[in-house]
Amino acid sequence: MAEYKGILICGELTDGKLASITTELLGCGRKLADDLKEDLSCLLASDAVGAASQEAIAFGADKVYAVEHPALKEYQADSYMQVAEKLVTNISPRTVLIGQTSIGRDLAPRLAFRLGTSLTTDCLSLSIVAETKLLTQTRPVYGGNAQAVFTSESIPQVATVRTKAMSPLERDDSRKGEVIPTKIDIDTSKVRTKILETVKEEAVGIKLEDAPVIVCGGRGMGGPEPFQTVLKELADLLHGAVGASRPPADNGWVAEALHIGLTGKIVAPDIYIAIAISGASQHTAGCSGSKHIIAINKDPEANIFREAEFGVVGKYEEVVPAFTNKLKELLAG
Amino acid sequence: MPVNMIVCCKQVPDPEAPPVVFKVVDNKMTLPPDVKPVIGQYEEFALEAALKIKDTMGGKITALSLGNNFVRDVIKKALAVGGDELILLEDEAFDGGDSWSTANALGMAIKKIGEYDLIFCGRQSSDWDAGQVGLGIAEILGIPAVTLARKVEVTDGKAKVEQVIPDGYQVVEVTLPALIVVTSGIGALRYATLKGIMAAAKKQPLIWKPADIGLESSQIGAAGRRSKLDKLFQPVKEAKCEIIEGETPVEAGANLAVRLREGKLL
Repeated sequence: MAEYKGILICGELTDGKLASITTELLGCGRKLADDLKEDLSCLLASDAVGAASQEAIAFGADKVYAVEHPALKEYQADSYMQVAEKLVTNISPRTVLIGQTSIGRDLAPRLAFRLGTSLTTDCLSLSIVAETKLLTQTRPVYGGNAQAVFTSESIPQVATVRTKAMSPLERDDSRKGEVIPTKIDIDTSKVRTKILETVKEEAVGIKLEDAPVIVCGGRGMGGPEPFQTVLKELADLLHGAVGASRPPADNGWVAEALHIGLTGKIVAPDIYIAIAISGASQHTAGCSGSKHIIAINKDPEANIFREAEFGVVGKYEEVVPAFTNKLKELLAG
Repeated sequence: MPVNMIVCCKQVPDPEAPPVVFKVVDNKMTLPPDVKPVIGQYEEFALEAALKIKDTMGGKITALSLGNNFVRDVIKKALAVGGDELILLEDEAFDGGDSWSTANALGMAIKKIGEYDLIFCGRQSSDWDAGQVGLGIAEILGIPAVTLARKVEVTDGKAKVEQVIPDGYQVVEVTLPALIVVTSGIGALRYATLKGIMAAAKKQPLIWKPADIGLESSQIGAAGRRSKLDKLFQPVKEAKCEIIEGETPVEAGANLAVRLREGKLL
């Protein structure tokens, strides 16, 4: 039986560069690998990996397995799985870490089941038990109302990690590492899906993930209109973006791309203004990393006030325009 | 072409219950009796996805669930809204399982059902939120899967799926049989009609025990899991919210602006 050693990260590229989640995974993986005194490897699979390999080393990898194949231009499970399965089988890592992104959510369970091993998804923290070298995996459960700690009873241990839960290392281009160009044949006849069309539905203006200020509306907004008016006016004033909790997205009041929460986007702006949001754990899972949370809600018992630093109890129709107007005045003066 | 469909559903404690009622006692989630069980929100979307196909193409929907202590009226909702059959893998021995043992048991049950074109699952259960079982079943059965689907159509032996990606969607075509993991956006589950409720009341679910699907006790529940729950806990949060007051909500809104400006937050 092969000896399982080291940590492998399944990396992701965005526009030819390492995705931020991958730098976060490298930061966390580096610490785990150091605790184990073992190597940190990173898989990068794309039609062209290029300079991203060096980037992975600068962010902490000891070895980068660069797999290039035309079939890897766009993520499709049946082609990526062939690469991930073969590499994991070849190098026998103790632990495989994957981002809890749309790709990771799709890839990780397939990989774990294919390998016959356990997976813990959406981890917030990971650590090594010194005696057993096992990975302790902590993740939120019950919509964020509790957290659970798991250990694997099979190997390799596979885990996905929530975006923005881990910190990347400072980029250090003098770090040394090895880039291993790796040829893996992909049997394209085994790809059972076909992408017919890719449609961007991005909201105009600042991207939610990059916005320093987010004005987020909930079920209590009552319909699509206030997102375009009251919330947008406040967001524009603060050079921020408008977001929404799950009910407005489910009801079609806003595009799904604006949905912040456990099953939407995870954001961590400087200022998060939650308006008419009850603060179900499902939602706060997506915004609890914000520096300052401000809540406006008519229900003084709303859970969001447990999360917020500042709050106003009142109907948003009355509170928000007054808040916006006063701010306008103050910012002008 | 009528479409033969299986929908996997899970009975969970109502996830919309206020956060304060969720209490961990002795490593177990305990909820007061007034929190009623429901079919998980994403499984409701999965059911709706199947019903929409049945509306246009015709066919059959078999709802499949694994658990212990099912509340019949809750799980029978799958029949009341338009499902044709309900199969329950119901046994104490299923307790203490993980995503692995759950997907394995559901996969074995689907093998026993035999014929199907599409299997629908929700993207994640509303209690453990793991999001593994659907893809696990697809791996066990060796069929293709498309995740995060918000629209599904069937034509010429293929399914066309709108799959949510960051900032948009992709239209993905997949050969049948296939498994589809459904997310929100498909539309809320329709209400049961009175006729549907009455028909469901008369139908009895099929109950399958582990032996009926060819599983031994070492393969199910706690014995069949591959990851171990060491601890369940609730991080302590200290509420420290400063409530900004005012004579009227309008004044409070203005005072909030002043306070945030003073605090140099904005």
